[in-house]
Amino acid sequence: MKMVTAIIKPFKLDDVRDALAEIGIKGMTVTEVKGFGRQKGHTELYRGAEYVVDFLPKVKVEVAVNADILDQVIDAIIKAARTDKIGDGKIFVVDLDQVMRIRTGESGKEAL
Amino acid sequence: MEAIKELSYALDTFYFLVSGALVMWMAAGFAMLEAGLVRAKNTTEILTKNIVLYAVATIMYMLMGYSLMYPGDGVSSWWPGLPSILGAADNTAEAVIAGGDDAPYYSTLSDFFFQVVFVATAMSIVSGAVAERMKLWAFFVFAIVLTGFIYPMQGYWKWGGGFLDQAGFLDFAGSGVVHMCGGAAALAGVLLLGARKGKYGPDGKVNALPGANLPLATLGTFILWLGWFGFNGGSELKVSDVAEANAVALVFVNTNAAAAGGVVAAIITARLWFGKADLTMALNGALAGLVAITAEPLTPTPLLATLVGAIGGVIVVGSIVMMDKLKIDDPVGAISVHGVVGMWGLVAVTLSNPEATIGSQLLGLFTILAWVFLASLIVWGIIKAVMGLRVSAEEEFEGLDIGECGLEAYPEFTGSRGSGK
Repeated sequence: MKMVTAIIKPFKLDDVRDALAEIGIKGMTVTEVKGFGRQKGHTELYRGAEYVVDFLPKVKVEVAVNADILDQVIDAIIKAARTDKIGDGKIFVVDLDQVMRIRTGESGKEAL
Repeated sequence: MEAIKELSYALDTFYFLVSGALVMWMAAGFAMLEAGLVRAKNTTEILTKNIVLYAVATIMYMLMGYSLMYPGDGVSSWWPGLPSILGAADNTAEAVIAGGDDAPYYSTLSDFFFQVVFVATAMSIVSGAVAERMKLWAFFVFAIVLTGFIYPMQGYWKWGGGFLDQAGFLDFAGSGVVHMCGGAAALAGVLLLGARKGKYGPDGKVNALPGANLPLATLGTFILWLGWFGFNGGSELKVSDVAEANAVALVFVNTNAAAAGGVVAAIITARLWFGKADLTMALNGALAGLVAITAEPLTPTPLLATLVGAIGGVIVVGSIVMMDKLKIDDPVGAISVHGVVGMWGLVAVTLSNPEATIGSQLLGLFTILAWVFLASLIVWGIIKAVMGLRVSAEEEFEGLDIGECGLEAYPEFTGSRGSGK
């Protein structure tokens, strides 16, 4: 099992969610975050004083998936989230040791 | 006797000034209501629009609008004559004391002050409808033309003594002259502007783009409700004798009653239709009730005023849903509250005022609607051709606060260093 974390542009959230639903992903966790990569921040003016805002609003999507559909998941996210402009985001994949459904006590693949 | 005449003049002048100040406060109400109903990333921009449009309205009305709308003796019943700049001259005590039918009973400048806040109200109706995707400076250019020319012309036709007034068209405080006018100008702008990205999906799907701050929206509505006592109450134009004082009191009571009717009707409608008590509909309902009674808050009984407001509350819920079905994107419901319900307000005059006829009300309704809508469409069209109306898609996604204002309304993660360079 794998935990897939995608940092995407906020307005792409609905597209990513729909794309994942299409390949059978039934749940996800979404967080509003701020961050930057190569997409630099911008300078703002507050009452004449300049300040730099490095951190741009992004959305973090986390899905726990079965290892055998990992490539499909990654492809779906990339296709849905891509705008070909800087700041599209990144995907991180880590190994998932254990998954548990709290209500029923199921674990492993049944809990995904 | 002279002292009483002077005191009466002072009281009526004071009444205009206080009423005007209350209506000015409605500008704060609009600013808060709109700020609460847009998304966080567009909040600074709408606040900027609201304070600047009030300033533009004040200046344009002083430069030319007031003299166009109230020329005294117009050149004809549809053309007021050339505009002039407002001066500082006012009535003398002698003229007041001399008495007679033509004796002035209030300061001319107090009348300007009372009127200028009305044109600002009409203009601020537009800012909500075009929110979240219009270029800031395109909006300001339109504000200059609406407050300096379009509004004063139709204002002249009714309140300035022009042909609508002569035809018997009645509009006590401006359901048509102010509210429907604002709604029509907004509609023209929205049609040329287009909907916000992501608002309408394929197959007629309507996506919600929820407002970021409902406490502000609610505060704004209460402020507008309070300010409306000046809007309708002041439009009685006099308070200094028993009959007038009673009239003003009835206007206050009816204004309040209509708002209450609007709230209750709207929230019941929302509950029955959508299954939930939608606060934003209740807020729009209060305003709809107020707009509905604005054309005639004096002749109804309080019960009838409540009903007129309640009907406005039901209409506004239906209109908001219908606008979305027509893909006319109005983030705050301004076209529905002020435009559509403004029309109901004009027609409702016939329910309680024996001097009103449905014919003259409809004449006024369609004249104002056609003039404002077409004139606005032309102006918006010129602005669109010359400088563009809409921000780029990227700016729209990023939020207008960054692109147009360089300021975030709810800044986070700015760090302590600033640019440090």
